[in-house]
Amino acid sequence: MSKKVIVLGEVRDGALRNVSFEAIAAAKKVSGDGEVVGVLIGDSVQDLGQELIQYGADRVVAVEHPHLKHYTSDGYGQAFMAVHDQEEPEAIVFGHTALGKDLSPKIAAKLQSGLVSDVTEIEGEGDDAVFIRPIYSGKAFEKVKINEGPVFFTVRPNNIEPLEQDAGRSGDVSTVSADIQNLRSVVKDVVTKATDGVDMSEAKVIVAGGRGVKGPEGFEPLKELADLLGGAIGASRGACDADYCDYSLQIGQTGKVVTPDLYIAAGISGAIQHLAGMSNSKVIVAINKDPEANIFKVADYGIVGDLFEVIPMMIEEIKQLKVNA
Amino acid sequence: MNIYALVKRTFDTEERISVQNGEIAEDGAEFIINPYDEYAVEEAIRVRDEHGGEVTVLTIGSEEAEKQLRTALAMGADKAVLINTEDDLDELDEFGAATIIAEFLKDKDADLILAGNVAIDGGSGQVGPRVAELLGINYVTTITELKIDGDKATVIRDVEGDSETIEAQMPLLITAQQGLNDPRYPSLPGIMKAKKKPLDELELDDIDLEEDDVEVKVERVDVFLPPEKQAGRVLEGDLQDQVKELVQLLRTEAKVI
Repeated sequence: MSKKVIVLGEVRDGALRNVSFEAIAAAKKVSGDGEVVGVLIGDSVQDLGQELIQYGADRVVAVEHPHLKHYTSDGYGQAFMAVHDQEEPEAIVFGHTALGKDLSPKIAAKLQSGLVSDVTEIEGEGDDAVFIRPIYSGKAFEKVKINEGPVFFTVRPNNIEPLEQDAGRSGDVSTVSADIQNLRSVVKDVVTKATDGVDMSEAKVIVAGGRGVKGPEGFEPLKELADLLGGAIGASRGACDADYCDYSLQIGQTGKVVTPDLYIAAGISGAIQHLAGMSNSKVIVAINKDPEANIFKVADYGIVGDLFEVIPMMIEEIKQLKVNA
Repeated sequence: MNIYALVKRTFDTEERISVQNGEIAEDGAEFIINPYDEYAVEEAIRVRDEHGGEVTVLTIGSEEAEKQLRTALAMGADKAVLINTEDDLDELDEFGAATIIAEFLKDKDADLILAGNVAIDGGSGQVGPRVAELLGINYVTTITELKIDGDKATVIRDVEGDSETIEAQMPLLITAQQGLNDPRYPSLPGIMKAKKKPLDELELDDIDLEEDDVEVKVERVDVFLPPEKQAGRVLEGDLQDQVKELVQLLRTEAKVI
């Protein structure tokens, strides 16, 4: 049976996030040729509607209101439910981002529905779709199906291939008006900490440092390499506990779980908790002075050496490569 | 202030995971309070110490979860409640867990409910916000700072590395992010006292729920381990040559740069 699916398009700094295009691809899979409707929420977002359509949405519904400038669960909850009540979908897809994680359980509770969070793969299509998601921070995976109610799930960034952008595709972008009121939380201030806006959960390349970076300044060469590769920096718990960096950079069983295309571990020994957070990365490079370090057991390529020698050499080598390319 | 902390008994982070007969094997595993819930318990105790009131820790599970509740009592919580579903339920999803917790809490007039932002086993992070929504109260997730002043709380929320300062109306449910505090270790006197603190054990009946009310919406059909990662190549030779080779391999073989 074909399903109508609504997909939340997530906007950050005025642009759609990649995970939203991945969510549309996932929606197509479960829709069984049903309609895929993009949803945009914010103070001024409807101009982004065509882009969602170019990535596969059939049409887009936007909710705009001055109170939706910043995300709050109350504001976005009201806006999303206004679209939901108009569209009455059979399936819902969000990205598994800070926003998606915060909002999806609220909507699921309102709908008295199940919710499959953090999906990395969908097997089968339409009604037969089953969802694969990591448990124990990626130490294991479970396969689940939805027994009852709407098919509601969130997709982990970087795992489901988006459809190719089709600039020739167009569709209808409409608006729904909603009275956004009685917000019980108000965002007073936002301090941006992330380096250059590349978010770790969506980064294709992560350069992570451990105790081996020896101090906050030890992250500088790592940051330079990450910038060169258009990636983000991360850290092990050891580096965070030693105050070399902020806890928001921590990768592992406590901390973030990441699956970039390339993970470069510099001066990280590879405790089991850290491996849980990164060992499903596509390609892993380990740089460590200790040839016995655990990290080499999961690395595709390893260099036994001092990161303060190896990383600058890599930077030079990659710069050369870029010049010659 | 009437404070509740929601905790879950989970595998120790040190544990390797193995699968037997389509289930995660628990034999011989060490169990702990989910690390994020430990931040919630610590923060609950700190709020009580500053503003007065009482901290109740609440969990769903089997009798074995009593150990984690006693640990939370030893840290300084005042009371504990175990909702024992061992005889009633084979499976429980987030919908069911939140339903049970909300049913229990609905007439408790909680001012503040604290939970971890995610459990390190299931990893969905749904139960906290679901409970708040079912109770009709406000919530903020992944917080790294909490200050309470009358009927308002000022919290700092971690949003993928950015920090949002949020003014939130009470009653409030928050979920704890790493960095919120440093959970204390239970002291010896704390452990002694914990043995005498009240620990109530309830079943679904006691909170007027039937098994059908919490039947799973999402069902696990399989569980498996990721393919074992094969150790790759450790490069050899002069360091400069190794780096050259590495960059070439990343370019041509792995095709990631």
